[in-house]
Amino acid sequence: MSLIGARVLRKEDPNLITGRGQFVDDITPAGTVVMAFVMSTEPHSRIVNIHSADALALPGVLAVWTAADIAELSTLGLPGLGRPLLATDVVRFVGEPVAVVVAETKYIAADAAQLVIVDYESMPAAPSITTALADGAPVLHSVLGGNTVFDQPFVDDLAADFAAAPHTASLHLVNNRCAAVPIEPNACLADWGPSGLTLWATFQAPHHLRNTVAAYFGIPQDTTRVITPDVGGGFGAKINFVPEYFLACALSRKLARPVKYTQTRSECQVLMYHGRAQEQDVDVAYDDDARLLALRVRVTQDQGAYPDPTGMGLPVLTTAMAAGCYKIPKVAISWRNVVTNTTPVAAYRGAGRPEASYLIERIVDLVADQSGIDPVEVRRRNFIPTDEFPYATHSPLAVYDSGNFAGAMTELLTLFDYDALKAEQARRRNTRDEKLIGIGFSSWLEIAAFGPPGSLEGFGHLGSWESVQIRVQPDGSAIIYTGASPHGQGTVTTFAQIAAGELGIPFDKISVRHGDTATVPQGIGTMGSRATAVGGEGVRTASVRVVERAKVIAAHILEADPADIVLEGDGFAVNGTPSHSVPWSEVAWKSFRPLEIPTDSEPGSLDITVFQQVPNFSFPSGAYCCTVEIDRGTGEIEITGMYLVDDCGTVINPLLAEGQVHGGVAQGIAQALYEGISYDENGLPQNSTLMDYLIPAATELPSYTDGRVNTPTPNNGLGAKGIGESGSVGAPPAVVNAVVDALSHLGVQHLDMPITPLAVWNVLEEAK
Amino acid sequence: MIPVSFDYVEATSVEHALALFAEHDDSKFLAGGHSLVPMMKLRLVSSSVLIDIGRITELSYIEDRGDHIAVGALTRHREVEGSSLLAEHLGLLAHVAGQVGDPQVRNRGTLGGSLVHGDPAADLPSAALALGASMVITGAGGTRVVPAAEFFVNFLETAVGDGELLTEIRFPKRTGDGWAYQKFNRRAMDYAIVAVAVQLGQNPGIALVNMGSTPHFASAASAALAAGSPASAVADVVVEGTEAWNDANATREYREHLARVLTIRALAQTGYTS
Ligand SMILES: Cc1cc2nc3c(=O)[nH]c(=O)nc-3n(C[C@H](O)[C@H](O)[C@H](O)COP(=O)(O)OP(=O)(O)OC[C@H]3O[C@@H](n4cnc5c(N)ncnc54)[C@H](O)[C@@H]3O)c2cc1C
Repeated sequence: MSLIGARVLRKEDPNLITGRGQFVDDITPAGTVVMAFVMSTEPHSRIVNIHSADALALPGVLAVWTAADIAELSTLGLPGLGRPLLATDVVRFVGEPVAVVVAETKYIAADAAQLVIVDYESMPAAPSITTALADGAPVLHSVLGGNTVFDQPFVDDLAADFAAAPHTASLHLVNNRCAAVPIEPNACLADWGPSGLTLWATFQAPHHLRNTVAAYFGIPQDTTRVITPDVGGGFGAKINFVPEYFLACALSRKLARPVKYTQTRSECQVLMYHGRAQEQDVDVAYDDDARLLALRVRVTQDQGAYPDPTGMGLPVLTTAMAAGCYKIPKVAISWRNVVTNTTPVAAYRGAGRPEASYLIERIVDLVADQSGIDPVEVRRRNFIPTDEFPYATHSPLAVYDSGNFAGAMTELLTLFDYDALKAEQARRRNTRDEKLIGIGFSSWLEIAAFGPPGSLEGFGHLGSWESVQIRVQPDGSAIIYTGASPHGQGTVTTFAQIAAGELGIPFDKISVRHGDTATVPQGIGTMGSRATAVGGEGVRTASVRVVERAKVIAAHILEADPADIVLEGDGFAVNGTPSHSVPWSEVAWKSFRPLEIPTDSEPGSLDITVFQQVPNFSFPSGAYCCTVEIDRGTGEIEITGMYLVDDCGTVINPLLAEGQVHGGVAQGIAQALYEGISYDENGLPQNSTLMDYLIPAATELPSYTDGRVNTPTPNNGLGAKGIGESGSVGAPPAVVNAVVDALSHLGVQHLDMPITPLAVWNVLEEAK
Repeated sequence: MIPVSFDYVEATSVEHALALFAEHDDSKFLAGGHSLVPMMKLRLVSSSVLIDIGRITELSYIEDRGDHIAVGALTRHREVEGSSLLAEHLGLLAHVAGQVGDPQVRNRGTLGGSLVHGDPAADLPSAALALGASMVITGAGGTRVVPAAEFFVNFLETAVGDGELLTEIRFPKRTGDGWAYQKFNRRAMDYAIVAVAVQLGQNPGIALVNMGSTPHFASAASAALAAGSPASAVADVVVEGTEAWNDANATREYREHLARVLTIRALAQTGYTS
């Protein structure tokens, strides 16, 4: 029986909610020692001297390494701009590890780290895009000459089109730097012994890490094992190759002890790569009917101190997706990457796409504001029609597979009374102190299901497929091994749901295992909303093949033709004769017994591995509306409604799909109103604890109203698109549009994120 | 989040605690630990010995003493919040205790700890100021009583000296008098960006949270209240004598504005009319 679309409870939860989950820090082999970093307190300084004698003298300290001790270990990231495992001669951001200490306990390690004294010679810092691009700016990497790593100019900047256009609108947007803040900070444990290297890590792509670590140290992959046990959230920030993984391995090799590293929260805030950190100059041209004629987007991506390959890809994705769900005759894109004295920037839930939906959804609202045409109507007039898919955009990366943008908007408007709210908004504006109402829309679109051949290879992955192996056990239960590497998504549940329907094996008798390169076939990992659309499709494919083989065995038992065998009840039957049947348990058991299967079959045949490919990305989309109320006395913004219509194609499990959307929306609201890593003008981080980096909790978030349209993707047999990042793509523009709408009668056309009560109050004061 | 190593000893009585302090160099009292321990974990504070006074049960009580109610310094926020005696006679105090952090924090944090810590951003000091509480301080040299208005000396510094214990806080009863607490923050569990505590009645008091380096008694506004001035006039003088600072959440100007708005709202909530 198919379980696609069923609200099945998560198989993962009983373990996690009874405290039986196992995370890296829970694992402590005998003899484990602990490593801690001595971290730079300076944004940009020359290292003059490092005094480690006192630390080394502390009882329980095994080693203190600086760059000089690991000269033979190569840098990470881009050739020529590589990041050394430990700062070498110069530190380039606050938090950058300068030395590493290993001790018997984490307490001794922390004490020892504090005893290491570093003498710095300060240099001017460039902690922002503006300061990094200014004339005479301090240069981070002398090989660059300046601070621009890469600049893709406009092919045609559409100057003529804009000059001839009846109307134009322009915005400069800052997409605020965010921290991923997974509940489990980064952690790893390396055990390098005579039989090889085992690395436990909280990571989203175990094989990618295994292959990289093996290559880094020049050791064979067969004796290099990466285990990603329970992973407490990743959000894209756990697919980066950061120094701790390599240092823990090198130290374990040297000390012949297992070496563990676990970040504290404040360390995580400055060490784990940040996301977003993008500035955008956006112009549109439109006609008297608010039909978009041309779009021009120039993106400047802050890369932090060391450009990361994923970080370098962010503006590529943003510019590819810049036109959103609109048919715009001409689109011009350009981008550049800039280094600054800040924590490096890489993927964070949505990675490049929230930045795209934000720019297009903000400027479409500005067109509505300038033209006096309702923002819903402006959107409707410009949507790509439903019959134009596949739709080729300005970017070869983005050929939209399917979508129903107008349908999603129609569905959205059934979830609340738009006209009544607008009337109430108008009434309140005429009162002296009643709360102001704002209504913000976002018709968003993103690129998911990474990906078609070649798409992930560009980010250094081995392939863009995903591996799935199904092994039917002798009792008729099944274990699925997959290279997808979930860390909260619920893949163990959804994969079992997909398999149950195809295999005819009950959901409760299907386990899903992942996160161990010694047992799972070479895989890719979980990122880019790919697990279901690629890996899930692999489960379907593998299941179909398993059933094909099982039918041969069933046919042999039932003395029938395999072509006549169908899945029936708890096993197989001859088509049309349900009583002539054999249970799965018997077929499975006999599959291992050579004397009980056809002579031309081999034992153990019910074991199928597929490397699932998909022909194209999928493009999940949706329409969101956020409503807010603004307290005119304090500037406080309260979200009063969040209406969410998603189109992720086929939904495997509505419970999990909603969970993904709600979590993503929470992060989107957080980016819009609360979060934002900031540095002062000297490059000192201003919010590296959770006291000052504001993560909204349940008490700050509204309850969500869900809606759905369903446009299956043609790219896989399931029709599933991917949903992991949708909420964080769709929510920020809806929230910001709502706040701007609430204040639009005061002439406000834009406010940068995070929009704080202080910012709103400043606007209200100015209007007085 | 890993503190410098320290020793831990448990005190069983006030005398024992004072004796332990005399015995150990570089020691600190540990009450609920919800201000001290986070600072130790950030290595902003260290101490060789922590003397745990959290288990001195004789310092945990809420007692009716006729014209006032005495609260033991080790009484947890949760007990203050839930006390029916306080609800009847000192509604402001019980309510403010319920606005501290979240239930976990309130289950551990103590009234005395919050007052001695003296954080200008903390909630309970404002209640003590608005209510005109008296603090009972015990040390090797005996016991003295300090009015709330003289208790908060400097940033994170109070009248409680080294090796002294705050043992009891006395609150004059305010039975039947109006009160209100307006706390403005970004998240329900956060410290206030600004808050205003208002107590009406015989000796009306207004106190402000996070408007300078110490918890602040708004004397001009309190006098205006006593004189029966209109709410807007009370609000107009409420920030007199404050020295609010700028941070990521608020500018000084904005804080002053908030203090005025919250004062008006608090007074409206009490039903105050001039
Ligand atoms: C997550 C979190 C959120 C919080 N949110 C808020 C909030 O919103 N509002 C708010 O007001 N507070 C908040 N707090 C602080 C909380 O109320 C603390 O519990 C309180 O400030 C300190 O009380 P304590 O008993 O924990 O004191 P401790 O942390 O144990 O001690 C604090 C200091 O006072 C000294 N001390 C304690 N008791 C005595 C005594 N009887 N005599 C002499 N010295 C003593 C200690 O030596 C130490 O120096 C929060 C704390 C946390 C961890």
